[in-house]
Amino acid sequence: MAELYYEDINEGDEAQPLAMGPCTRTQVVKYAGASGDFNPLHTDELFAIRAGFDRIFAMGKMGAGMCTRMVCDWLGFQNIKKYGFRFTSQLWPNDLITYKGKVVRKYEEGGENLVECDIFGENQNGARTLMGSVLASLPSKK
Amino acid sequence: MVDKNLLGKEFPGPTWDIEKGKIGEFAKAIEDPNPIFYDEAAAKAVGLEGVPAPLTFLVTEMFHFDESISRPDYKVDMNRVLDGGTEFEYIKPVLAGDTITSSTKVVDIYEKTGKRGGTMTFVVAETTYTNQKGEACVKSRGTLIETSQAPTSG
Repeated sequence: MAELYYEDINEGDEAQPLAMGPCTRTQVVKYAGASGDFNPLHTDELFAIRAGFDRIFAMGKMGAGMCTRMVCDWLGFQNIKKYGFRFTSQLWPNDLITYKGKVVRKYEEGGENLVECDIFGENQNGARTLMGSVLASLPSKK
Repeated sequence: MVDKNLLGKEFPGPTWDIEKGKIGEFAKAIEDPNPIFYDEAAAKAVGLEGVPAPLTFLVTEMFHFDESISRPDYKVDMNRVLDGGTEFEYIKPVLAGDTITSSTKVVDIYEKTGKRGGTMTFVVAETTYTNQKGEACVKSRGTLIETSQAPTSG
C-alpha cells in the first residue's frame, strides 16, 4: 500500500472503515489457540451458559487484535508508537464489526511528526465494542 | 478485596522465543493478511529487520506461565472485576527470532466512587517486554477494576 506521509494527513481525517466478520466460533477457537487465552467462557458453550451468558463470546483482545489491521493498513505498522483500547460491549458469534479511526491531533514533538487518533469498533446494531487511541510517528516528505 | 500491599511490587514473568510460525498463526486468527507478518522480504520492504510481532501479539505471554512462574495475584474478587483497558507502548519492534522476557510491576492502586455510590478499586500494572539484548521493546499498561458489587447486578 502507498506510504502515508505526515503532510498527507490532517486533524479530522478518517481511516477507510474496515468491516470484518461475521465472527465465527471457529475464529474464537483459532484465537484461543494462537493467543493462549483458554478461558472457557470463550470456547465452551455449556460453561458460558452456566455462567449466565446466552452463548460464548469472543475475547475482548481478539477484537483489539482485529482492530490493529485497520490501524496498520491506515498508519503503517512500523509507525505505531502507542495503541490503547478498552472494551465497551461484547463481540458475539455472527457479529459484523466495523473498525473506524479519526485523527484528533497532529503535532511535532522531539523531532517527530505525530498523529493521535481515536479508534473504535462498531457492531451491526451500531453499538461500540471497543474504543481506544493510537499514536503514530509518520515520515515527512521534507 | 484488592491487596494494597502489592503497590510497587514486581513480578518476574516468563522468557520465551518469538517464532515466525506463531506470528503467522496469530495474524491469521486476527484476520490480518498484511504480508509483513508472514514474509521476511515484505517486512524488510517496509524497513523492518525481520517478521514483526503484530501489535497485540505479546498477549501470547499467557502460554508461558506455568508452575514455576505464576501470574501476579492481585487478590481481586473475580466476580466483581472489570477490564479497564490496556495501553501498549512500542519502543523497538519484537521480531521473529527474538527471545523475550517479561516483568510486571504494580504501578498504581487507587479508589473512585462509582456512579451508583459504590467504591471502585483500580489496579494498574505495567509489563515490560525485554529482548535477548536487554533492550526494552514494548511496555503494556493494564487496568483492572474491582467494583463494589458484581457488574451484572448493577
